[in-house]
Amino acid sequence: MSPPGTSRSWGDRAPWVRGLRLPTQPLVRHLLLALCGAGLLYAITSSLSPYNDFEVGEIALYVIALAGLSLLTGSNGQISLGHGAFMAVGAYSAALLMTHTHLNFLIELVAAIGAAGLLGLVIGIPATRLKGPYLAGLTLLLALALPPIADKWSSTFGGDQGLTTTTPSAPGTINPEEWLAWIQIIGALITLVLLANLLRSRFGRSFRAVRDDEIAASLAGIHVARTKVIAFVISAACAGLAGAFLGLSTGVVNTGEFPLTLSIQLLAAMVLGGTGTLMGMWWGAILLVYLPQWSTSLSGDFSLGSGASAYLATIIFGVVLIVVMIAAPTGIQGGLRWAWRRLWSLRPGTGDGMSKISRPA
Amino acid sequence: MSLFVNVTLNGIANGMIFAALALALVLVFRATRIVNFAQGAMGMMTTFIASSLLGRGVGYWWAFLAVLVIGFVLGALVERVLIRPLQGKSELNPVIVTIGLLVVLEGIAGTIYGNSSRGFPAAYSQSGLTLGHTKIAFSHFDVFILVAVLVLMTATLVLFRATSLGLRMRASAFAGEISRLLGVRVGLLLTLGWALAGVAGSLSGLLVAPTSSFGPYYMDLVLVYAFTAAVIGGLESPVGALIGGLITGLSISYVGGYLGSGLQPLGALVLLMVALMARPEGIFARPPARRV
Repeated sequence: MSPPGTSRSWGDRAPWVRGLRLPTQPLVRHLLLALCGAGLLYAITSSLSPYNDFEVGEIALYVIALAGLSLLTGSNGQISLGHGAFMAVGAYSAALLMTHTHLNFLIELVAAIGAAGLLGLVIGIPATRLKGPYLAGLTLLLALALPPIADKWSSTFGGDQGLTTTTPSAPGTINPEEWLAWIQIIGALITLVLLANLLRSRFGRSFRAVRDDEIAASLAGIHVARTKVIAFVISAACAGLAGAFLGLSTGVVNTGEFPLTLSIQLLAAMVLGGTGTLMGMWWGAILLVYLPQWSTSLSGDFSLGSGASAYLATIIFGVVLIVVMIAAPTGIQGGLRWAWRRLWSLRPGTGDGMSKISRPA
Repeated sequence: MSLFVNVTLNGIANGMIFAALALALVLVFRATRIVNFAQGAMGMMTTFIASSLLGRGVGYWWAFLAVLVIGFVLGALVERVLIRPLQGKSELNPVIVTIGLLVVLEGIAGTIYGNSSRGFPAAYSQSGLTLGHTKIAFSHFDVFILVAVLVLMTATLVLFRATSLGLRMRASAFAGEISRLLGVRVGLLLTLGWALAGVAGSLSGLLVAPTSSFGPYYMDLVLVYAFTAAVIGGLESPVGALIGGLITGLSISYVGGYLGSGLQPLGALVLLMVALMARPEGIFARPPARRV
């Protein structure tokens, strides 16, 4: 599930394809892509109803959490079954500040990111010594251990009622759903640009080196433990921001929003989108937002009992995890990349031998 | 003082159950180097089947036996259908697949049986025994738990230490390629490891059900406690699973008794982190050797 080779040769392709080449500077290219994405999303949100805008915002916030998870698992080879817990920490931190203080909105977001990152540090340090299944068990336990804490000290965390959140009021005549969606979209685009740059940098290369072979990486002068902790903290911080945004979307933050299922659904969405990719996380996020609705209507069609729709969604997420892992470990984005390259290599005279070697198996 | 005694007794009974599920994790890990995160959910599923059998008037012990056999078959089936195709791939893939199986089983159980927790009968009375004139928090059923898990542990140890089948199982887990060259049917024995783990998992499901809110998710916490126990014991050793189970059971019980039950998972998290920081290879594992 390694990302495709970074040095793609465009020289032997038709002239009009070469004309389409993106700038080679990663920062410029990522900013350009983000601007195109922003334009596309602006067109989408301004043509949709407020409720659909709300859903686009939810997709954006899940993209943030999934991108962090994808970086952790895909690029650094660590797994987390407890990313819902980091989202909970971000959500509660932001909500606590909103309830008790009148700080700037951005400061509240930064605090949410920082708190989740701090927990990521606490979990990430023992994680540096752990291989896959150990870390999986530790994070699974984290996902189960955190929500009861909020119930235990219910006077601070609001118990079942939870804490209410406040979104900064929208400027001008923009309706509040569209405004919230835009806050979340901008957050997602900034996160994606930062992570994309990080993955193309020295840090990103050392993440992948540690994933592929820890001993070789340390012989090459990479501080393996520090690299793994940094990856974990970044990933947790992304989940914290996503959690703060989720709190804004739902209006309240309570423990019911962060069950173990959330963590597992995040994992399923990440795997389906394409482990290690960033763009693929949009597919995963769309699944997270729309699958519950589809399964509700589906269970209505089969006239299953009330409550069955939640279980149906759970079953579908589980089947996705199993089938993708056995049949197509590169996920949707991997499949798209493969199809794209097949398309080019099928044209006479345009195939380059590299694409056959580097395409995902 | 009596609180301390009762909490300790409760911890021992719970610890034995964690040890049974930890043993299942150990059997799977020894055979295939995989932690089966669906082990608890498989026990949940078979216990729901037991509940259905009891509802149809099958006797308790027949249902008990039937469910252990079903656990055996389910374990073998999961290994053959889901785990075998992943051989030789990244070690994260089987983790993700067993997590997928976990939620699929919970979803199926929830769809069929509903979310509301139903009761599950215990084999023996659950009211405390009386020693002298004081009633202690250790029931006939707890005695049964103790005996059942000890029988399971002894049977496993005898299998591995004293039979040629156990020797072949150890050999195929330790050096699969060489064992295959020597004529051992490695694939079949790995499946057998999973099947035996299925039996241990089913037993733990049957033992937990009477004392918990029996529903689709009732094994989630038991699984992570058993994982903690197995890691403390080193993920390789049945004796380690037993000791780890008791350590985990007692710690959880003290946290629950003195700090409140909501903090039990956090207590287990701290215990697991301490165990992993202090001795990641576990108490009973051989010194680690890393293959370059």
